[in-house]
Amino acid sequence: MTELIKYTAAQTAAAVAAGEVSAVEVAQAHLDRIEAVDKKVNAFLHVDTEGALKAARAVDDRRARGEELGPLAGVPLALKDVFTTEGVPTTCGSKILEGWIPPYDATLTARLKDAGVVILGKTNMDEFAMGSSTENSAYGPTGNPWDLARIPGGSGGGSAAALAAYEAPLAIGTDTGGSIRQPGAVTGTVGVKPTYGSVSRFGLVAFSSSLDQGGPCARTVLDAALLHEAIAGHDPLDSTSIDAPVPAVVEAARMRDIRGMRIGVVKEFAGEGYQAGVMQRFNESVELLRELGAEVVEVSCPSFTLALPAYYLIAPSEASSNLARFDAMRYGLRVGDDGSRSAEEVTALTREAGFGPEVKRRIMLGTYALSSGYYDAYYGSAQKVRTLISRDFDAAFAGVDVLVSPTTPTTAFPIGERADDPMAMYLADLCTIPSNLAGNAAMSLPCGLAPEDNLPVGLQIIAPAMADDRLYRVGGAVEAALNEKWGHPLLEEAPAL
Amino acid sequence: MSVISLVSYEDALASYDPVMGLEVHVELGTRTKMFCGCSTELGAEPNTQTCPTCLGLPGSLPVVNRIGVESAIRIGLALNCEIAEWCRFARKNYFYPDMPKNFQTSQYDEPIAFNGYLDVQLEDGEVFRVEIERAHMEEDTGKSTHVGGATGRIHGAEYSLLDYNRAGIPLIEIVTKPIVGAGARAPEVAKAYVTELRELIRTLGVSEARMDKGQMRCDVNLSLRPIGREKFGTRSETKNVNSLRSVERAARFEIQRHATVLADGGTIVQETRHFHEDNGTTTSGRIKEEAEDYRYFPEPDLVPIAPSREWVEELRAALPELPRVRRARLQAEWGLSDKDMQAVLNAGAVEPILETVAAGAPADQARKWWLGELARRANETGTELADQPITPAQVARVCALVAEGKLNDKLARQVIEGVLAGEGEPDEVVEKRGLAVVSDDSALGAAVDQAIADNPDVAAKIRDGKVQAVGALVGAVMKATRGQADAARVKDLILERLGA
Repeated sequence: MTELIKYTAAQTAAAVAAGEVSAVEVAQAHLDRIEAVDKKVNAFLHVDTEGALKAARAVDDRRARGEELGPLAGVPLALKDVFTTEGVPTTCGSKILEGWIPPYDATLTARLKDAGVVILGKTNMDEFAMGSSTENSAYGPTGNPWDLARIPGGSGGGSAAALAAYEAPLAIGTDTGGSIRQPGAVTGTVGVKPTYGSVSRFGLVAFSSSLDQGGPCARTVLDAALLHEAIAGHDPLDSTSIDAPVPAVVEAARMRDIRGMRIGVVKEFAGEGYQAGVMQRFNESVELLRELGAEVVEVSCPSFTLALPAYYLIAPSEASSNLARFDAMRYGLRVGDDGSRSAEEVTALTREAGFGPEVKRRIMLGTYALSSGYYDAYYGSAQKVRTLISRDFDAAFAGVDVLVSPTTPTTAFPIGERADDPMAMYLADLCTIPSNLAGNAAMSLPCGLAPEDNLPVGLQIIAPAMADDRLYRVGGAVEAALNEKWGHPLLEEAPAL
Repeated sequence: MSVISLVSYEDALASYDPVMGLEVHVELGTRTKMFCGCSTELGAEPNTQTCPTCLGLPGSLPVVNRIGVESAIRIGLALNCEIAEWCRFARKNYFYPDMPKNFQTSQYDEPIAFNGYLDVQLEDGEVFRVEIERAHMEEDTGKSTHVGGATGRIHGAEYSLLDYNRAGIPLIEIVTKPIVGAGARAPEVAKAYVTELRELIRTLGVSEARMDKGQMRCDVNLSLRPIGREKFGTRSETKNVNSLRSVERAARFEIQRHATVLADGGTIVQETRHFHEDNGTTTSGRIKEEAEDYRYFPEPDLVPIAPSREWVEELRAALPELPRVRRARLQAEWGLSDKDMQAVLNAGAVEPILETVAAGAPADQARKWWLGELARRANETGTELADQPITPAQVARVCALVAEGKLNDKLARQVIEGVLAGEGEPDEVVEKRGLAVVSDDSALGAAVDQAIADNPDVAAKIRDGKVQAVGALVGAVMKATRGQADAARVKDLILERLGA
């Protein structure tokens, strides 16, 4: 029974389809695991035991009736608490949404349900996805299963930790500046930020609309690809959704052949601030790519150094507007409504009590950046930087198929270490942010443990927009080669919980 | 509010030149809202026509209503505007409980239509060109009802009720360039502009544009500058002026108020003001210190709108006959002089006449009733001509009864009165009031004989050949029959009896 939680999603789906195990048994095994370890990990904000078992039973019933099951039917999943789920609480890690039960499913939630995926519950996150450590959750930090005293990355630390702790074989994250890839990197799991517009944002509670992108998290590249195919595709309810076929990511994940591919190493992602062990594993990965038959070249993207400041103008600007709706009028927290106060006062008191310090910081930053007289200097300039970054990518992709870099400059840092230093925290997303600004696709996958701390290091692969399949082709080949070298997946080296 | 004595209108205009800007919001009559599929039907139970998107629930996203865009383009074309090849929505950020997202999805520096004009005709027939700055798309807010408190505004209210059925209904905001050179006629131009715009909107079929239902709302921006000076003065913005007459009154009042402040050596504060229908004055609303910085930025949840030139030209080619062209055609069809046509227009009688003609009445008869009796009544009650409690079909029926000789003019007037008083259809009123013309000789004979007997000297004159004296006897008969006699028949009977 304990073996079930170690299955990959692909193995689980196959076993359910073949009748070797029921979806209910699979779901129960994971619910038991959550029960056993999540007090320590705190990956979940809400476990939907009843909903999960009901969904699992429905899959078993469909199988019993002889219906064909999809490639992920009966596979449990941990859903980041930023997607709406009809009838199931959705908090975004914030007090201000405490008690809110959405009346509707996000498009992504609905697609998962249609695919027969069993949603176990909602995972912890930095409040409104603002952060790189999950310490900004109003509901306490999540521990990194490799070392519970360390951060699991953020904002999607709950989803990544759930994978690494074998609480779920699949998870959903959202990536605005690295919130899927950075947690993937520091927990030794796989995380993909699909091309902006390829996974519907309808029902994704917005942090920064032009940057937010939902995506798959898994323990293997193939599992990520299977989940990617289940959630991607045009949605008429999201105007920024791309109306084009989803790249064949599952096929690409299975290719395991990168001979002849041209791969660029981004020169700017190295140097001061990069941990030695991270660079060591990264450089070994580059060597591996060569051994696998790819042609590796160095490329320069000079504007990438401007990405972080541009991001911290654009994302807070949009956030200041997106988060204005939390005004205590229609849902969520309401503070000070004792009959003596005006609506305006109740809104102010509620926002003061309901938002955490990082959210307030970004609302203030964004409000300032959009103010009349400052707009051109801040938001306007940041948008120009965004264009420059896109041009750097275009130029690079004219010569190479994908770019690679470390996902994060360092391995997981101890909880509390950067909590009072926002600038240090922001640096965790240095390598991931450019892809959000350009809207292209990127993946992080484990490439070893840093020798100095025995913590996972992530390799980032970046592909042009709508060429997400290239991520999986390279990722699948690297993963296979590394697993062969190690004799087992990296995660097996994590200490038992 | 202290009572101040205002500078007279004439004195104000002797020293100052008014500059106006008009902002008109039109609620489109699309079936669904601007950014979601909810119904726009008016009058539903509060908060029944809502969904996650128009309630601004977390995670919801907007999708642009194609008909909304099409309507905006058609309005732009009818206003002789250029249509943007590429434009975007923008967020206008401010907090207010009736705005679910606490930002309004609107357009800022990239409107869909810009640089147009509308020619409007004043009451004396003079044509004035109002230049259009822009027409842009946005969404309406929910509706707040503030209960308790003296003013009906949020401050001082005990509680407020919110109805989000209106939230997300498409709005087109049409903004004029500064209207200069109208002088003393500025208020009249304002009214004529809104009237013409309303007719245009209705002709396009994009909205009913009922001001009393809030489907069309007007903000009057006004400033004064000393005559001869180039630079504009500080403006006031009088919000939500909701009838044609009020638009004129508000502009007029603001001219006098500004002149009064300026004549006193005071300065005009840039502020929003509220217009009061009851006494025709305005009072200060939000002052500048509290004025908000809307922090506009391009709406990241929507993609740019880039109407193809083919589509724009298709829409242009399919525009209906516009009001000015139509009016010229009707004037020719009805054979009216400019002056007569102007009277029809001023009375708002075009549609009633058209509908009456469509119901079978001759144009001149239809015009006679709508411009006469009914216009008088509308004027007295301060209501719109089209809103009188009589239908064009009923007026047409009265015309038919006259044509058939069943009613004379005087009786017809009484029938109209009866219909207006709610006594039923014209035929029922004739029946109930016993108003049919009496042309039965035997019934008239006695009255004729009596009139001859009562007026022997007149009868003698007629016998002597002075036939024109017959009028006095006809009058006597009509009086005796309380106007119900067929006057022509009466005349014949008198002349017959007197052998003239």
